[in-house]
Amino acid sequence: MSKKFETIDGNEAVARVAHKTNEVIAIYPITPSSPMAELSDTYSSKGEKNIFGSIPDIMEMQSEGGASGSVHGALQTGALTTTFTASQGLLLMIPNMYKIAGELTPTVFHVAARSLAAQALSIFGDHSDVMSVRQTGFALLASGSVQEAHDFALISQAASLRSRIPFLHFFDGFRTSHEVSKIEMIDEETMKSMIDEELVTAHRERALSPDNPFIRGTSQNPDVYFQGRETVNSYYDVLPDIVEEEMQKFGELTGRHYRLFDYIGAPDADRVIVLMGSGAETAHEAAEYFAEQGEKIGIVKVRLYRSFSAKHFIESLPKSVESIAVLDRTKEVGGTGEPLYLDIVTALSEMNETDTLPFEMPRIIGGRYGLSSKEFTPAMVKAVFDELSKASPKNHFTIGIHDDVTHTSLEWDETLSIEKDDVLRGVFFGLGSDGTVGANKNSIKIIGNGTDNYAQGYFVYDSNKSGSMTTSHLRFGPNLIRSSYLISDANFVACHQSVFLEKFDILKYASKGATFLLNTPFSREIVWSRLPAKVQREIIDKSLKFYVIDAYSVAKKTGMGRRINTVMQTCFFAISGVLERELAIEKIKESIEKTYGKKGRKIVEMNYAAIDNTLEHLHEVDVPESVIGDRPLQPAVKGNYDDFVAQITAKLIEGEGDDLKVSQIPVDGTWPSGTTQYQKRNTAIEVPLWDPDVCIQCNKCVIVCPHAAIRSKVIDESALEKAPENFHFIKAKGKTFEEDEHFTLQVAVEDCTGCALCVEVCPAKNKSQTNLKAINMVEQEPLRETGEKNWEFFMELPNYDRSKLDHAKAKESQFLEPLFEFSGACPGCGETPYVKLASQLFGDRMVIANATGCSSIYGGNLPTTPWKKNADGLGPAWSNSLFEDNAEFGLGFRLAIDKHTENARNLLSSLKEEVGVELAQSILNSEQHDEPEIFEQRERVAALKEKLASMKGNEAKRLRSLANYLVKKSVWMMGGDGWAYDIGYGGLDHTLASGKNVNILVLDTQVYSNTGGQESKATFTGAVAKFAAGGKAQLPKDLALMAIAYENVYVARVSMGANDAQTVKAFIEAERYDGPSIIIAYSHCVAHGYDLKYGMDHQKLAVDAGLWPLFRYNPQLALEGKNPMSVDYKGPKIDVKNFMYQETRFKMVEKINAGAAKEYLETARTHAATMFDRYKNLEAYYEKEAEKIAEQEEAVMQAETAEKTGAQS
Amino acid sequence: MNLNTSYMGLELKNPIIAGASPLTASTDSIKRLEEAGAAAIVLHSIFEEQINHESHEIDHFLFKGSDSYAEAVGYFPDMELSNLESEHYLEEIATLKKDLSIPLIASLNGVSKGGWIEYAGKLQEAGADGLELNITYIPTDPDMDGRTVEQLYIDALQTVLDTVDIPVSVKMNAYFSAPANMARRFSELGAKGLVLFDRPVHVDIDLEELTAEQTINYSSSADLSESLRWTAILYKKLEASLCISTGIHTHEDLLKGMMSGADAVQITSALLQHGEGHIATVLDNLVAWMEEKEYVSIEQMKGSISLHHTVNPAAYQRANYMRILTEYRY
Repeated sequence: MSKKFETIDGNEAVARVAHKTNEVIAIYPITPSSPMAELSDTYSSKGEKNIFGSIPDIMEMQSEGGASGSVHGALQTGALTTTFTASQGLLLMIPNMYKIAGELTPTVFHVAARSLAAQALSIFGDHSDVMSVRQTGFALLASGSVQEAHDFALISQAASLRSRIPFLHFFDGFRTSHEVSKIEMIDEETMKSMIDEELVTAHRERALSPDNPFIRGTSQNPDVYFQGRETVNSYYDVLPDIVEEEMQKFGELTGRHYRLFDYIGAPDADRVIVLMGSGAETAHEAAEYFAEQGEKIGIVKVRLYRSFSAKHFIESLPKSVESIAVLDRTKEVGGTGEPLYLDIVTALSEMNETDTLPFEMPRIIGGRYGLSSKEFTPAMVKAVFDELSKASPKNHFTIGIHDDVTHTSLEWDETLSIEKDDVLRGVFFGLGSDGTVGANKNSIKIIGNGTDNYAQGYFVYDSNKSGSMTTSHLRFGPNLIRSSYLISDANFVACHQSVFLEKFDILKYASKGATFLLNTPFSREIVWSRLPAKVQREIIDKSLKFYVIDAYSVAKKTGMGRRINTVMQTCFFAISGVLERELAIEKIKESIEKTYGKKGRKIVEMNYAAIDNTLEHLHEVDVPESVIGDRPLQPAVKGNYDDFVAQITAKLIEGEGDDLKVSQIPVDGTWPSGTTQYQKRNTAIEVPLWDPDVCIQCNKCVIVCPHAAIRSKVIDESALEKAPENFHFIKAKGKTFEEDEHFTLQVAVEDCTGCALCVEVCPAKNKSQTNLKAINMVEQEPLRETGEKNWEFFMELPNYDRSKLDHAKAKESQFLEPLFEFSGACPGCGETPYVKLASQLFGDRMVIANATGCSSIYGGNLPTTPWKKNADGLGPAWSNSLFEDNAEFGLGFRLAIDKHTENARNLLSSLKEEVGVELAQSILNSEQHDEPEIFEQRERVAALKEKLASMKGNEAKRLRSLANYLVKKSVWMMGGDGWAYDIGYGGLDHTLASGKNVNILVLDTQVYSNTGGQESKATFTGAVAKFAAGGKAQLPKDLALMAIAYENVYVARVSMGANDAQTVKAFIEAERYDGPSIIIAYSHCVAHGYDLKYGMDHQKLAVDAGLWPLFRYNPQLALEGKNPMSVDYKGPKIDVKNFMYQETRFKMVEKINAGAAKEYLETARTHAATMFDRYKNLEAYYEKEAEKIAEQEEAVMQAETAEKTGAQS
Repeated sequence: MNLNTSYMGLELKNPIIAGASPLTASTDSIKRLEEAGAAAIVLHSIFEEQINHESHEIDHFLFKGSDSYAEAVGYFPDMELSNLESEHYLEEIATLKKDLSIPLIASLNGVSKGGWIEYAGKLQEAGADGLELNITYIPTDPDMDGRTVEQLYIDALQTVLDTVDIPVSVKMNAYFSAPANMARRFSELGAKGLVLFDRPVHVDIDLEELTAEQTINYSSSADLSESLRWTAILYKKLEASLCISTGIHTHEDLLKGMMSGADAVQITSALLQHGEGHIATVLDNLVAWMEEKEYVSIEQMKGSISLHHTVNPAAYQRANYMRILTEYRY
């Protein structure tokens, strides 16, 4: 049979096998494993069958805990079942993993191994998660490459069925899960040969069935539990042999041979490194290289980690071994070493003790490497071997970082490279939105699938969702590529955005004589002088061949807009020499036909035109011998920043974070607030420009701005005397303001993302030119300098007195300073306007628990963070615990704060005399109902603290530390619908039921936005989402209605685009209500599939269609005998279709399954009508109740009056 | 009574064709139109922009945001999309062909030489009996002269004719300097029918929103004039058959159309206003009128008051216009 190669990533390599060999798949999204679940859902949606001839059932669950529970259930009832997960998701599966293993149930969990959240969350790869389940009874099998991930997915399935031991098959998150690599595919026949149907039947026969009843899962007592645990020993004893036999069988079928432990290196090695995962591939490459140079070294790759077979391990080692370094990709704080190290030490020591070791007991040291995808290079492997050569090598070392605190780290030679000459190494810098990564994935496939070459691609993204830089690392060569590390000496470097040259040292990646391709609007004649001096110097010093193209003009000319992917891809093939030019172009066209053919001829032709127009615009630059000019690189940070920002934040921004030493990193995960203001990202091509003559001062642009990049202030005339020349202002409108006060609107041009939401919502039109509004998008670059000056001046102007503003009015709320600014959210984000609003209204006394998701990423992802302090040093205190526990986490805040307040009040009462009775009473009696009262309380507490400062005694000391809690604190829990409706619902529900004064903000995008748009229970009927590839058939959950059922919970459904006044009102009411409050805020999202500048219009459409009812339920009103329910919309005004079919998420269903689309529309239509009836009925019911109470009160009053009258008469 | 007529080579049981409108966009109403007596159906127009737009739109939004961020390499599942708007249209034709006994004319609206031309071939494959090409183009560029615009039309028609074998008609507009010349050029190029005329959508201004807007523009019998004029002028001068599409509301309008020289008429506005059953009313009245006036066939009256045959050819020409104005003055 001929070999079939494909170029795919690790997740796909695994999903292909898992889908073919299972019947039930329970899923839940978590990075970096989500694509395995998404692909499985897609395969089943397309009707693809498994090797048994049926389409696997895919079930998305509410959490990983739920997924593992369902897996357990499906296994117990006899289905071949699997799941995919990572990190904290795997931890949530632990309870069921013990059960599954305890019951000897065959299954395979596929894990894209990822760091665990400790001092911080990290989505990147290491073995912290899998090492946390090594005690569950699951077998652990490690893959180190995409090929191995594909192969081991099958081997583990086969071995699990034979051994009855459940398997955890893992591979490194991102490095393997997201690496695109050319691999040899396993055909269906091989799968069938590996999966013994007899064993499948045996599994099914062990199932719970009323036809064969028995009891499993009993409760056992001291008499038998212990023995019961020991019954499984023999199964584990034979497991290594079973896996080895399955590996052997697999090798015979495919020609790819694996062993439990594979040794690579000199047969007479004296030094050996032991490790597993993708790092073993790098070590393999390094060991071969240095062994060829005569070094007596070797490595052992660990495949089967549990059950650990000491016998097989010893057999793998050369007899000549004298010293061993065991590398763990995890950290076990406080232990005597990391897990693999301990296993090796134990294994060898035990054999040494029993004289069964076939060689002298070697020296063993352990070390940590590669946490959270930290680079692990051949140079580091070399450093470890060198350490082993020392007389007293360092034990418990680290490699890859610089530890200047506890001095664990080994030094390595950063300039050492062992890359082979026959490998083409390309590094490409692109913008998230320009298609660079997509084009590179495509190039890999062209070379991988179309030639005999091997191909590998790995992609690095930055922390922001807007204007993010992507770096693609591509290798092509005639031999298998094992280099599982980033390219540092590329022979091809492409910079797809010339602005990156001014920000980052891109050419540090280029090796001498490399080719450098730059996309620039400047011609080859003048481009040189436009380059920063440092870049010119590097081009000269490294003798680079320098090519330029104006890709944007080619793309524009050929109808591609700002997508330069095809143009740059053509350039790469034309000058890299990786393929003969004509052949390359033919291949690109073929792949375009394949990729875009389904989307219509026009798209294909457009791409063809881009290819055909490229070469004539591609030019080699004659590199001068000297540098022209002294153009500097842009500074990483700007503004009035402190040392921390200068020394640490700036390094992170420059991409030099790897150089930071341990002593420079905060010990407990605490980082300073408000650092986004120093990172001027300049990502917008166009920004809004204010036209004061047209402006009606409504502040709508300010309220919708997702990045707080457009702001207004009202200032006294006197403050404007020193205004810069182009700083505009007009007389302030409105009764709130004085005669001599002025209104100004300013744009942070360097922070704006250019989303244009503000322009779309602007209601003011220029009377002479109706295509213009009070703000209009204009080119950013010419505005940069004046914009920067104006912004600086604007920020120094005083903020308007908060106590004089009516916070409940949308317009006036926007004169309040936002304490959330310039986040890394997507341009046009629908969530952040709500978050920002909360920060404006309550920021100076807010504590926020933020569920993991988009809001925790744009809220807390390094290098810079958006939550900031005001001039008084007050601001939101923010933290993210986990995804599933956010409501509980926030409730904990409330409990602690209430306790602090209670203690402070008690102390103040007992110190009344000492601090002054009047002051004490006024503090204790203050209700702090609104902003002015809170302000006064703050003044009083300041006076109290002043008095306490000079007082002696323990009580005064205690009160000093608690006095701030006498000022009301506002506790918030924020998160998306994935948290509130699904994984965190249990805790959220419990928090709602607690009666505590907490505020919950649900940023409802109707999908798991952060992980790429997976279905949640909030997803609208008829929407396509990941995990609902054919469209969601069920109705969305009505979380609001469920919350109303408690009767003492403040509930609001809001939509800023439909009704900003109602939104602001809801925030104020919710916060003021002394009990649990929940605001469910409709948030438009990139996952909805339309141009987000229309986000607010779509929010309105959703309300007009009746699919997003607006209402407020305020229990405070009920307490006052009024109607608590206020339905704030007029019911369905437009047909659901007029909303739904404006968005790709709904429209796609029509393109996938037109019949279902019709049904979904009808369901949505009925749902809209039903919801309106339901809420109106509720409103009417409460109205009647209120009337009843009023009548009763009236009757009581009358009776009282009659009584009084009677008494008088 | 013989109501038969022949239009663009298609034999029709009577001269009434249901023109392109929302009523010809659904299978149910098309069936009702046939039941009411329509002799042919022009399906709702598919616009060049629609064919390309949907491709562009889907391509754009599936691409947008993808491969930008480590946690979300894309925001939509990778599914095969098959029901693109234009494909719907094709499926509709195929389905309708099975159920209808009257000819089905597809309607394509476009002017460039883009991918939509290829689409004409697909319409033929799907079973359309004819193709109505609407190539109204509004030249907003002052540098574009009339000759260039005319050539654009000619080129578009030529490309479509090169692509299909089924009869093609051109839905013209009345704004050429020399409509008769254009009509002849279309006919000589191979157009089997000319539809007189296309009515561009109405333009209006919303004084609240301060925006220009386009509104639906129902015709009335009063709008028949231009079509009558040019049908009468073109009768017997072209190979292509003629169809009046503007201002046909009643049997009287139909009679006038036939007498001016049309081979068929299209009713659209009247159907939108009165429903599909209106066709039956027009037909009943037509038959009654013909019986009363003792006409035996439609053929009998075709072109009877055309420029070619009329006793008062000046009625269609400028001289007459002068006379009306002169009389008015006195």
